[in-house]
This record gives sequence, C-alpha cells and structure tokens, in this order.
Amino acid sequence: MEFHRHHIISMKDFTRDEIDYILDRAGKLESLARSGRSDILEGKILALLFYEPSTRTRMSFETAMLRLGGNVLNMGSKDTSSVIKGETLADTIRVISTYSDTIVLRHTSEGAAQMAMEFSSVPVINGGDGAGHHPTQTLLDLYTIKRESRLEHPDIAIVGDLKYGRTVHSLTYALSLYGANITFVSPQQLKMPDQIIDDLKARGAHVNETEDLDHVLNNIDVLYMTRIQKERFPDPTEYKKVANAYKITNKQLVHVRPNMIIMHPLPRINEIDSSVDNTDHARYFQQSFYGVPIRMALLTIVMGADI
Amino acid sequence: MNDHHELRVRPIVNGTVIDHVLAGQAINVLRILGITGVSDAVVSMVMNVPSITLGHKDIVKIENRELEEKEVDKISLISPSASINIIRDFEVVDKYHVEMPSIVEGMVKCTNPNCISNTNEPVTSKFVVRTDPIRLRCLYCEHVISEKIAEYLL
Repeated sequence: MEFHRHHIISMKDFTRDEIDYILDRAGKLESLARSGRSDILEGKILALLFYEPSTRTRMSFETAMLRLGGNVLNMGSKDTSSVIKGETLADTIRVISTYSDTIVLRHTSEGAAQMAMEFSSVPVINGGDGAGHHPTQTLLDLYTIKRESRLEHPDIAIVGDLKYGRTVHSLTYALSLYGANITFVSPQQLKMPDQIIDDLKARGAHVNETEDLDHVLNNIDVLYMTRIQKERFPDPTEYKKVANAYKITNKQLVHVRPNMIIMHPLPRINEIDSSVDNTDHARYFQQSFYGVPIRMALLTIVMGADI
Repeated sequence: MNDHHELRVRPIVNGTVIDHVLAGQAINVLRILGITGVSDAVVSMVMNVPSITLGHKDIVKIENRELEEKEVDKISLISPSASINIIRDFEVVDKYHVEMPSIVEGMVKCTNPNCISNTNEPVTSKFVVRTDPIRLRCLYCEHVISEKIAEYLL
C-alpha cells in the first residue's frame, strides 16, 4: 500500500493497514537498527525538542536517525534555550522547522503536538504530550508483541497506572484493532477512565477490569506492567498509598503460560523485581530496543525515503 | 406568533425574537449576547412558558438588534431547539432554526487545564461537535465536554 503520512500525532489517526505497514517496515530495518549505518536519510536533519525529561524516546530517535545516515539537532534542556525567556512553542516550532527536515516534540501540555503541526513546515512526530498521546511508544509496543508473542487476538493484562498513564490509552486503542482480549488491572483510584472503556467496548473490544493481578496472571499471553507515575499525582500522599500496590516477582511466574511475555515501557521503579530479569518471560529490554527500528520506519515514512 | 404567551410581552418593531429556547437557558442566551444589567439594550424575556413541542420553553426578545452568525452558533450549543425570528416593522422577515456547527472555534474554553489551548500559545480553542447527546471534543487534547456547556462559553 501507499502510505505517506506527514505527521505522527495520535494512534487514533491510524488504520489497521497503516499500522501493519509501519510494523512491516520496522521488520525490514531491524538488522540495520542493531548495527551499522546506511545512507537512507543522508543529508537530512532531525530536530529533537524535549520539554520534559526523556532517555529512551530521545536517544532511540537519535540512534534511529544516525543508523539511517542522517543528523540530529537537539534543543537540549528547556532551561538552556529560549523557552526560559518565555518564547511560545508556536514560535519555536516556526523557527526550528526552518532548520530541520522533521521535528520530534515532547511537551508537558496535552495537544501540543497537534498545535505544533499547525505551525510547522516540516513533519512533526509526537514524542509524548502531557497525559495525552505517545504514538511511537504504542507502535514499538505492538512491534514487541508481534515479534515476541502474537498480535492477533492476544490475551493481555495491562497493569498499574491506567488513569494517568499516557502510553496505555493509546495502546488499548491500537490493541482493539487486533481483537485483543484486554484485562485492566489497577487499584480503584487509578482505573482506566470510563470514557475509554466505553470507547473500546463500542469498537467491539473484549475488556475486563479487576484489582487482583493474580486473578489473571496464569491466563494471559502478555503482561504489560506500567510505572505508577509520581509526577501525575496532584496529591503526594495518594501516590505513596498506591505506589507499591502491584509488584511482580519470579515466584509469581510458576504457573503462567510458558510463552507469556512481560513488557514495561520503562523506567521501572519497583513494579518488576530484578529476579524477573533473567527469566524467559522478560521482554522489557528488547521492547526498549524495538523503539529503534520503529522510529527508523517512521522517520523514513515521514521524510518520504524508500528503503 | 399568535400563541397566548405572546401576550405576556408586547410585539417588537425591529429586532430579534429567539423562540423555543430550552427552559432555563434564556439567561445563558443573554450572557452569549453580552446583555448585562449595565447595557442599554431593550430586552424582554419569558421563562418556562408552555410549549407544544418542548413542554416548556423560554423566549428572548431583543429590540433593534440582529444576531451575528457566531452568536447563533453559540446559542445552538446550549439550546439546539431554538429558532430565530428577525423582525422588521413588526413583520417576521426571516425565521430559521439554529443549526449546530460541526466544528466550533474560539467559542468554548477547554475544561482540561493542561490543554495547549489554555496556555499563552497563539491558538484558539477548537471542538468537534457531536449531537444526541451534545458532546464537544477538544481538537487538541480530546477532552470531552458533555454538560454545563454554558459555563465554558467564551
């Protein structure tokens, strides 16, 4: 199929065919993502504008661009840029889009990437907007499930902060396109918003909710753990109360399906005990790596490069 | 225009009659039109009068003023049943039902305090409008407003 998308803002923009196209392209680029360098994006410049801290998203975009033979401009910390002088995001985008061929934006406000798109003369890729979307994370999650488990009708449990976690909202939408059987596991105060549950059910997704992780652990293909995000809590005492609510150790894995995989968008705090790292179930480090071929695929698509 | 409730206020010479306003929304219509206690506009308002189609309704009459498109769009968001009658020399020269636009721009404030449209960025709020029931979805952050829309009108 032909797929020339100019901006990558929200997973809701994508059809199932478009997602499959990206995952296929990432598959073709995976060996290059592991080592080497090509000239696919030679002469192109990627600008990274990160208004919030990031390690994996920022560095995997840099790696992706370098593997493709392109160059990277990094705005650096907002404290050392014109942002501290009060420049609007709109003005920053107008300027940076004249310096670069594509912009990756992470911002604290929801809708920032959507707005940036209106002011940019080059493609904008959303690297996370507040509690909103993080489409490249979702795509690498899907790629991980495809590579390490099965993407068609998987049984998946998503655990932890489902209320404030931006990654899980986009992920559940995308999983619904693949007929996933999804169980949401969270404490009551962090449960998936009703609006999203309703949307998923309206799309025909199979959705269950529980507070008890052990209830589902032995009947799933994918266990998707998330961090309880301290910065999303208005009230620190509420954070402390639920921070240790869900933790997985290797002792809980005795009766799980042999091929069950454990994922996590990282960074983890203590949701996954280090005793799990060396089991056959752990996939979170591979998952982080898969961000590179996915982002390589997206960069080649938005800049119109053949591979 | 011959309903018995018309007797409650006298006909106007020139201006606009906003009829079939959802009962209780007339005050919000005045707010939309910027009519406050300190303005010199001549305004008549009746509330909760019987209506065949709505059960009860409000009516607002404003003398010597015809509404702008944006004002009519805002009224449609709080009272989709409303009809607009333009009066010139005691005659109804135009009558139409309000129509809800599919997108409203710069009319409603997003309820999400962390939305980019609530910052100092040079953007106006934009919402996609869905009906039955009315739901406004922010084009930027996707937050949905489904009730008390009048409170968020700009």
